[in-house]
Amino acid sequence: MASGKRLDGRGLLDHRGFDIRARIIEKANGSAHVSLGKTKVMVGVKVEVGKPFPDVPDQGVLTVNAELVPMAYPLFEPGPPDENSIELARVVDRGIRESKMVDLKKLCIIPNEKAFVVFVDIYVLDHDGNLIDASAAAAAAALLSTMINKFEARDGEVSLLPETIPLPISNIPVTMTFAKIGGQIVLDPSLEEEQVMSSRLTVTVDKDGRLCALQKGGMGHMTIRDVRECVKLAIERAPQLRKSLLEAIGYGKD
Amino acid sequence: MPMSQLSPEDLLRNGMRVDGRRWNELRPIKMEVGVLDKADGSAYIEHGKNKILVAVYGPREAHPKHIALPDRATIKCRYHMAPFSVDERKPPAPSRREIEISKVIREALEPAILSEYYPRTSIDIFIEVLQSDGGSRCAGINGASLALADAGIPMRDLVAACAVGKIAGQLALDLSDVEDKLGEADMPVAYMPTYDSVTLLQMDGSFTHDEFMAGLELAVENCKRIYQMQKEALRRQYLEVGGEGASAGR
Repeated sequence: MASGKRLDGRGLLDHRGFDIRARIIEKANGSAHVSLGKTKVMVGVKVEVGKPFPDVPDQGVLTVNAELVPMAYPLFEPGPPDENSIELARVVDRGIRESKMVDLKKLCIIPNEKAFVVFVDIYVLDHDGNLIDASAAAAAAALLSTMINKFEARDGEVSLLPETIPLPISNIPVTMTFAKIGGQIVLDPSLEEEQVMSSRLTVTVDKDGRLCALQKGGMGHMTIRDVRECVKLAIERAPQLRKSLLEAIGYGKD
Repeated sequence: MPMSQLSPEDLLRNGMRVDGRRWNELRPIKMEVGVLDKADGSAYIEHGKNKILVAVYGPREAHPKHIALPDRATIKCRYHMAPFSVDERKPPAPSRREIEISKVIREALEPAILSEYYPRTSIDIFIEVLQSDGGSRCAGINGASLALADAGIPMRDLVAACAVGKIAGQLALDLSDVEDKLGEADMPVAYMPTYDSVTLLQMDGSFTHDEFMAGLELAVENCKRIYQMQKEALRRQYLEVGGEGASAGR
């Protein structure tokens, strides 16, 4: 890596590039499949009518969950979510929530009583590194493809109409993960790279180039200089990555 | 006025925050080392209204055996909030938030611990938040560093942590719970001064690039101040008291 080349031939700051297919599960309100190199993640979005949280009675509800499906990796085991799947879900959740990607105010039906609940379920199918970025991209693509039913509220009762409209979206965050390996910083680490990295930093940038989430991970430390560098790179590269994500799913065309 | 009816603007009046602090002031911090009898190392920390007890056991035999590592100690960390530590009772079972925080705190301390000195053993860190008021993961890290040192575990450095946030459009150091809930951003930072390195970094909310740069600098500057307080707390226990305290950690 000292020569500036990685095992898979990439340069240090080359991204493997997302291959995205949206609307692949007919029974879900929204869905997407993302390949990032050999990493494969699917996200399904289901939207149901439920109750708003009492502390935000005028907003819909967003919940993100991640399953590290046992078929994806020899060390993934069935059972309740472990700390890795919880961290993955919560980092993706923060990117979506803090950027205000989903306009939750528009998902309230009757304040205090009824609201749409948006379930984002991340399904990791093949683990070849950087699950966070693949999952965040898949979640974003799935939300952008999500259709919800129009509704009528009468006397506290909600009836869903057959006609559908897109989920109200007010921002599109993009997430980039950097890994520190030896003295170098690499973007979008592969599984082999994750196994030898000392630490990683995940940066989520919203459409206005603001940071909306950060997460350092791994057993090592990261110098202040490296942190500044990663954040700068992420802000610089976010627009291009967002553009390629939107082009891949044909967003804004229909 | 009850806290719940505050608006973000109420949090900053004429440059003063609800608890009377300026934007760049820490809450009062109290640290005490060696507070528990059975644990190999322990510390108690008060950070504003946060009251946190930390215990360290180990290096000791790894349980279950398969978690033992051939080349270093396994570090385990449990961050847990007491049911009575918050306004509304928190069920005692670990929440997803606590599980994530346990992981990031472990990863914040691990870079400082010379775990390669104790292969096949485990070092267990227990952080109990007895009262929580915003910034408890940082206060927990500050206490855990002290407890590790108290247990006599060799370390590269002490880890010091504090958070920087944004309220009513302005950077603010060390957010309390209301400030965090009504504020626009929160960024906890853990730092090892000797390496000028970050061991924990999280952020949620919204920061421009400039706000982030200024915020990181403010956090680092105050981690250094907390670091001095930690050294002071260890000195109080091990140098000035002499006698009993001085032999307890050997």
